[in-house]
Amino acid sequence: MDALRAFVRNNWVGYLFLSPWLIGFICLSAFPMGFSFYLSFTQYDMMNAPNWIGLSNYAEMFTADRKFMASMKVTANYVLIGVPLQLSFALFIALMLKRGIRGLQFYRAIYYVPSLFGGSVAIALLWRQLFGGDGLVNSLLLKVGIEGMNWLANPGTALYTLIILAIWQFGASMVIFLAGLKQIPNDLYESSKIDGAGRYRQFSSITLPLLTPIIFFNLVMQVISAFQAFTSSYIVSGGSGGPLNSTLFYTLYLYQQGFTNFLMGYASAMAWVLLLIIAFITALIFLSSGKWVFYQE
Amino acid sequence: MVIRGPSKLLYHIPILAGCLIMLYPLIWMFFSSFKDNTEIFTSSSLFPSKITFDNYLQGWKGVSGVTFGTFFTNTFYVTGMSIVGTLISCSMAAYAFSRLDFALKKVFFAIMLTTLMLPFHVTVIPQYIMFNKLGWINTYLPLYLPKFFAVEGFFIFLIVQFIRSLPRELDQAAAIDGCGPIRMYWYLILPLTLPALITTTIFTFIWTWNDFFSQLLYLSDIRLFTVALGLRMFTDSTGESSWGALFAMSLLSLIPVFLMFIFFQRYLIEGIAAGGVKG
Repeated sequence: MDALRAFVRNNWVGYLFLSPWLIGFICLSAFPMGFSFYLSFTQYDMMNAPNWIGLSNYAEMFTADRKFMASMKVTANYVLIGVPLQLSFALFIALMLKRGIRGLQFYRAIYYVPSLFGGSVAIALLWRQLFGGDGLVNSLLLKVGIEGMNWLANPGTALYTLIILAIWQFGASMVIFLAGLKQIPNDLYESSKIDGAGRYRQFSSITLPLLTPIIFFNLVMQVISAFQAFTSSYIVSGGSGGPLNSTLFYTLYLYQQGFTNFLMGYASAMAWVLLLIIAFITALIFLSSGKWVFYQE
Repeated sequence: MVIRGPSKLLYHIPILAGCLIMLYPLIWMFFSSFKDNTEIFTSSSLFPSKITFDNYLQGWKGVSGVTFGTFFTNTFYVTGMSIVGTLISCSMAAYAFSRLDFALKKVFFAIMLTTLMLPFHVTVIPQYIMFNKLGWINTYLPLYLPKFFAVEGFFIFLIVQFIRSLPRELDQAAAIDGCGPIRMYWYLILPLTLPALITTTIFTFIWTWNDFFSQLLYLSDIRLFTVALGLRMFTDSTGESSWGALFAMSLLSLIPVFLMFIFFQRYLIEGIAAGGVKG
């Protein structure tokens, strides 16, 4: 009894302050995760009780569901093309801005603006106009004598308009790169200059190695968020993921299965596959980091 | 290492050109919102031949008798409640993690950091089923109530980092003066963490304002629509025929976020940078 009293006395304030998070964690994260794991082995339409079907949802995904395979391919392309290009732009602009230029803060703000708005419905709608048949991109192309096309109606190009939208939002990564560049001590550059290192040598032997932890961080963050992109594909394709499933992001297909077809069990299974894919790729990046990420001391 | 002389201009030109390319879609949308509907497609000139405010008047009328005034009010309400909830719950959890001692603290902190990485899709379906059972579909509760339970772990982490940088001597001095842990939170820690709380406010504002997925999920009554849903509805009902009005309303929808950015840019940039450099 005394032990209990002592425990309460020592802990109640901490748990009092932690309680909103703890309740939220149990009711909105832990329990839903368990429930969703259970649902992934069932057939459930919200009308009738969940019906246990074992691994059927998972089996169907990988063997019979061609739309699922299409959404995997679209998402893989989006991540593999979009993220490296976005990070390259972010690094390139950060390096341009870092060279002791006046008005750094002004430029940084301008380049950040697309990231501020990029995820919104308003911008996705704008994108629909820009790349449409009689959109701005085509009228600009026409000026230089190139005949455009309806970039959104063509299954070969539709995804690239979404990738361009993602690259356009490189601002957040750029801000993190700029903060990282600021941490590199200036005397490293000065002493290397005395030793006769040129600009390229400075970049490859000082800037890039010292920046690898930041590249690593940005890579992990951008990969995780790219896998979860939704708004742009929903709005630009009008919710369909078309033409010919060419913009069917994984999350859009999950949404369609769960909330338009009410296949809640199937959608739950998809959510767990997504979690596993993200965990696997993040683990790969972490494991590879020993080979290319350089930590001082 | 400031670059001087004639080469200075050579650095500014490509950077300025880059700025123009980056902003061109937004600039074009701005000018198009003052153009006549036919002119948007027929003329390739950036500037309108005759400035018209028709698009704004037309667009503001909204869809089926519900104006954009309603959509904006709704969005401000959801955003405001989300900010209040996040500020209270995340600052409380951050105070517990950084200044108080209790059993399993390290375990909970590790769990909290892990939840940061989880895709929300693994919880969204059960949450939808729960909120449906509670009769909360077509209310704002699923959108802001979770924020009162610190679901955005990123902000807990941000505030924890900030509180840890405050000198412990302050707490000790306050404790000697007889200040208990609850008053310490309210009178000492909260005022001192103001910069981190401002960062939290700005990010919550922008994320909630730009959110689409959960609003799409939980709201189907048009009178409850947010700006994001209103814009989508607007294109569905008018088709591609009224781009001008759509641009006008899209532009208005960006203004609150833009103002936040203009006034609190420093906090926003520092918030992003802190996540990267300290993390």
